[in-house]
This record gives sequence, structure tokens and C-alpha cells, in this order.
Amino acid sequence: MTTSDHLVDDALQTVTLTVNGSERTVAVPAHRTLLDGLRDEVGLPGTKSCCAEGECGACTVLLDGKAVNSCLVLCVEAEGHEVTTVEGLSADGLTDLQEEFLNAGAVQCGFCIPGQVVAAEYLLRTNPSPDEAEIREALSGNLCRCAGYQRIVRAVQATAERRGAAR
Amino acid sequence: MPQYYRPTTRADALAALAEAGERGRPLVGGTDLLVGLRHHTLEPELLVDLKGVTDLPEPIAVTEDGVRIGATYTLGELVAHPVFQEWYPALVEAALTVGSVAIRNRASLVANSCNASPAADTAPPLLVHGARVTIASLDGDRTASLDEFFLGPRRTLCGPGELVTRIDLPRPAPGSGSAFRRLTRRRGVDLATVSVAAGVGADGWLVLGMGAVGPRPLRAESPGPVELTDAAALDGALDQLLAVATPISDVRGSREYRLATLRVLAARAVLAAADRRNPREMAS
Repeated sequence: MTTSDHLVDDALQTVTLTVNGSERTVAVPAHRTLLDGLRDEVGLPGTKSCCAEGECGACTVLLDGKAVNSCLVLCVEAEGHEVTTVEGLSADGLTDLQEEFLNAGAVQCGFCIPGQVVAAEYLLRTNPSPDEAEIREALSGNLCRCAGYQRIVRAVQATAERRGAAR
Repeated sequence: MPQYYRPTTRADALAALAEAGERGRPLVGGTDLLVGLRHHTLEPELLVDLKGVTDLPEPIAVTEDGVRIGATYTLGELVAHPVFQEWYPALVEAALTVGSVAIRNRASLVANSCNASPAADTAPPLLVHGARVTIASLDGDRTASLDEFFLGPRRTLCGPGELVTRIDLPRPAPGSGSAFRRLTRRRGVDLATVSVAAGVGADGWLVLGMGAVGPRPLRAESPGPVELTDAAALDGALDQLLAVATPISDVRGSREYRLATLRVLAARAVLAAADRRNPREMAS
């Protein structure tokens, strides 16, 4: 191993990443996930920890603009990258998408909603006018144990229409 | 708990993997690896992250003769690529069934083959499309067909100290078609109960790739052209092609159920692939 500066052991590793537009430096062991780094080190608990193995989508964040399961990314892998959590989707207040979740009554227990919102935001950024099948496919990795799927889909549809009208 | 190493050159990555031997694991998407770490089914002492290596083959290269896929190419990139959609529709269909959007944004096609799950969704179409892998080590590069590469459950030709740097897919023959069919218990984030990819040549020559019906993904080829409009002829050909399947009973389905659905899915995949053959190209 020649570049020992990139090698870390179980001792803490310093990671510098951009979270919601601000540069943050955290110290984590190599096996710590980005999910735990965001919640415990950066102090942003909006990203939820649920299955912790990529099945449920509650921990969805944007990594360099792409939706990922933050439980399946090591915090050290995020060195030098940009992360957007649910807290960072809007500078202040709720986004139009979050308002439409409320308008549609899509929030029941609420635990899955941050992940649903981030996954839906990623869909709308990559496909501004999705049909219902595309919405369901885009959110198929986000489970809602309250089974509020109809209203979640409706909230995404309403947001797409609202953004379409504003363009 | 593992150490994490992010080399910037291929030589450093290979040297680290050679030194670590059985205790080292390459890391790309991490979508399987991190689950293994969490459950302690994998306990590597060294993770070698390939995403910072600058001199590995580029993620994707398209030529007249086919495509070369580098280790860091994600399934999300693959499904959106027009060349894959045109030349390898079975592979795109299969990649679209892997996990979810968020999984596909991280998961690597090459690494999916390296994990060698018998149920890997991308394996059947890669087998149909004649994929070849390039395995690198400090001793140099070697290549193998994907069919030779899969040895058993989670076992491949890629050993300790080695790295698969790319997968090559030849361009499909003119007038051929491919399709993928899969059975799962739910639409998203589930492993295949049975999966089949079919390739059909212009003359009716058949090749099948099969997942979750043996200790490794399986490939079978018809000895000659099959008259697909003749149901009895197709039935007979499937009898021969599906004979390699030796499924087990587990939580996703019994051996008998898998064998029964394999036959249905294989027939559907063959007919869908046949429909995709380009008549204009066939005539030329």
C-alpha cells in the first residue's frame, strides 16, 4: 500500500463532505454508514434509519444529485461529495412537494415520508411529467407500512402538475 | 471491523488486494457488500474502493463490434443508455428489476456478476449476450466467458488478489432478438424466484440464460434452429434447454413450482425475443 494517507483503520477517519450546501467535516470509523454519519455526526435526523439494508428507502438522500440509500453507502465513501437530505430540499419552509403531501393527506405515521419526499423529488427532477406507472416505479423502493400509497402517488402527481403550470 | 482504502491507481488497488488476499474485498456500489458487513456474513479486513481509481477501463465504451463495461458502470446508467436499449433489451429489462431506483444508482453491473448470486438478475441476459470478463491481478490480465466465470454460489474465477476490470458484450447478430422474464413475490426490492433471458437468432437458433434454478446462473443453447411457430417443436427444444435446471426448494418457492414456472417464463421470453427480431435486418 503506497498511499497511506488514504488508508484508515478502525480509528476515526476524517471525512469532509458537503451537506445541504455547507461543507462539513466528521470523524467516523470506516464501517460507519452515511446514514449514521448524517444523523449522529452531522446532526440531521430527518433521514430515517429503518431496515438499514436497502429494502425500505426511509434513508433515501441525494448523493451528487442522485437518489441513494444512505444505509448502503459508507460515510468515508462520501469524502468530497455532495449530499442533500430532506432538510436541504428547501432553504426555508416546506417545498411544493411537501405541501402537496400534506394537501393529499399522504402523511400518516410519517416515518417513511422523508425518504418518499427525497425519492419523489429525484423523480421530478429527472422526469418532470411522470405518469402513474413511472411514479410507482420510482417509489417502489420506498415502503410505507401505513400503506398510504394512493395518496403519496397523488401528491407527486399534484406537484408535477403544479410545477408544469408554473413553467 | 474493516479498514478502508481508496487507491487512485490500478497498480495500487491490485497491490492492496494481493497483500490482503482472502481478507480483502473490492468495493464499488456496496449495495450487497454493506448488507454483508451489517449481518457479518462478510468480514473483510480491507475494503478497496475502486471508485477513485483513474486508470481502470472507462465506465462505458461503445464500438461497432459491441460494448465494454467498466467496473464502476452502474445499472442506473445502463438502463438509460440508448445503445443498451437497442442492442441488449433483455439486459435492460433485467437491470430494471434489480432493487429500486436508489439501488440501481449505486449498484455496478460488473460487481453484480462478481457476487455470483445464483439469482443475480443481470446474469441470465449477460449469458445470452455472450459476455466475457477480464480479470486483472499483479500477474496480468486474463479473460473468460461469463459461463466459465461462474463456478458456484458466490464463487467465481476471480480469486483473492484479483479484480474484474471489465465485461465485454459482442454486438448481437443482425436479425436477432432478446427478452427477459422474471417471477418475484413483489415488484420492487425482491430476489427472483425464477428468471429467464432468451436470445433468438434470425434463423430460430435459441439461447437461454436462467437464474435461481441452479447453484449458479445457467446457460443453454439449442443445437440448431427451432421452428418457433410449431408449438411441439418449441416444446421439444425447451425440454432439452431446461434440462440443466436443478432448482432447490426455499422460502421463495418449491423445486416443483420453480420447474413449472421456469417452463412458462422460458416460452414467454423466447416468443417475446422472437417478436423483437428486426425483419428489415433479417432480409439483408
